[in-house]
Amino acid sequence: MNRSHPSARFANIVLLQILTFCLFVGGWEAIVRGFGISKIVLPAPSAIAVAFTDGLLSGDFGWHLAVTMYEILAGFAVGALSGLLLGFVIALVPLAQRILYPYVVAFQTVPKVAIAPIIVIWFGYGVSSKIVITATIAFFPLLANTIMGLRAAPHDQIEMLLSYTASPWQVFTMVRLKQALPYIFVGLDVAIVLSVIGAIVGEFVGAKAGLGYLILQKNFNLDMAGTFAILIILSVIGVGLHALIGGVQRRVVFWMDTAGERVTGA
Amino acid sequence: MPEAVPLARVLVPSMTAPRPRLAPIDASRDALVHITGLEKIYDTKDGETIHALKNVNLDIGSSEFISVVGPSGCGKTTLLKILAGILARSSGEVTMHGRSLTGPSREIGVVFQAPVLLPWRTVLQNVMVPVEVQKRDRAEFKERARGLLAMVGLAGFESKYPGELSGGMQQRVGICRALVHDPSFLLMDEPFGALDAMTREQMNEELQRIWTESRKTVLLVTHSIPEAVYLADRVVVMTPRPGRIVDVVPVDLPRPRTLAMHNTPEFGRFVARIRAHFNSAGSLDA
Repeated sequence: MNRSHPSARFANIVLLQILTFCLFVGGWEAIVRGFGISKIVLPAPSAIAVAFTDGLLSGDFGWHLAVTMYEILAGFAVGALSGLLLGFVIALVPLAQRILYPYVVAFQTVPKVAIAPIIVIWFGYGVSSKIVITATIAFFPLLANTIMGLRAAPHDQIEMLLSYTASPWQVFTMVRLKQALPYIFVGLDVAIVLSVIGAIVGEFVGAKAGLGYLILQKNFNLDMAGTFAILIILSVIGVGLHALIGGVQRRVVFWMDTAGERVTGA
Repeated sequence: MPEAVPLARVLVPSMTAPRPRLAPIDASRDALVHITGLEKIYDTKDGETIHALKNVNLDIGSSEFISVVGPSGCGKTTLLKILAGILARSSGEVTMHGRSLTGPSREIGVVFQAPVLLPWRTVLQNVMVPVEVQKRDRAEFKERARGLLAMVGLAGFESKYPGELSGGMQQRVGICRALVHDPSFLLMDEPFGALDAMTREQMNEELQRIWTESRKTVLLVTHSIPEAVYLADRVVVMTPRPGRIVDVVPVDLPRPRTLAMHNTPEFGRFVARIRAHFNSAGSLDA
């Protein structure tokens, strides 16, 4: 039995995580220096750190970061909201389910990366095409989870309400909506992480600004340290947004145990 | 356990003085519920039909306590769900206060096998569910809900969440919820089945006290023959395939009954008479 205090155990784990990070970075630095690896193949962590601070201090990153954040959040908002709304319609109107759902699934099977060039042609090189691409990616997790969540209410809870003469609308507001919330948050969490990918993919296809555009530019100039510096920013954005959704979830869906970390890779 | 408040004080103001207990049965004169020729037939997916209830006839008197016993599959839960209005009958007639029962009624309170509490609502908010659903006066019934919780020993737990309560406490919250809107007919579907033997006996005593003070009409579905005998004015015995009533046993043991009565010869005779039906039907699981 582990008798140590939970907070002490937590501190130990954090310590081990930091240690692992230091070992990894230190080993990386040693290998690059020891074997004399070219900085256009693999830059040393120290070079990445310099590129990172330079980029931030010169204001080079700031504008592109703002553009990309705007694309991520706007695309997420549009996609998540439409997924949520269509999810409600499909879950509540059986006819809509029959007519629409096959098309929705067919749409989902098309890789969004493949239609990104078309969307850029339709919506131009500005932010709007990135918002549309991000929205198409953020849409489906919300749709699928909303439909599933609205059907997740346990039968005994519904029967309990009905036995007290509840109307279908009361059953919906008092139980089904509440039971859908944990599912909707899973959808939001997956969608926000995918939104980061959507915005970057959109910028790769054709853009005038943004962190994805900056990655291409630095790659073109063989500035590998700069590329890695932007990757750090992107992962900080992803982790930050994921944590934000998790924080809201813990407040809203307070009666559920905190769900374990979900794999959202794509 | 915290001090219990007499239910009569919180339940029905006009009933503060205990009335003499009605003699059991005589249901035909003062009947609350009439069940005549009730049938329930299910169609399974393989095209078979299951006769869940066959020609069930029963009159339930006002303020009467009825226990329904029988092995699994005898249709006792089906009967309860039809009375609760959440399952349609195939044929036959059920009336309450002389009116045909066609769906859920505000006059009925149901206690389920599982407590079925909503985890995002506090204990008090859970008890208030029928009041909200039926759009009754919240302020007025909130006091009543608090009184009920105090009666079952849950004073001070009003703002806890169900996840913080033990199984026995959760089931007591479920009982308060079934009583909060002051229904005249209480339906209980194996409410203590999931509890351990000690808690179960304690809950049986508590239920007897609630019933004595509130004079509700109660129909209790149970697997346990001693529980049925201990609580009931009449025990309805059902057997499966097809589910039907094979005996109605009036229990004339004096009230209030004590747990010690379980060991008396009279009590044993009631239990034996009921058990004999299951032995003859080749089913021993009750």
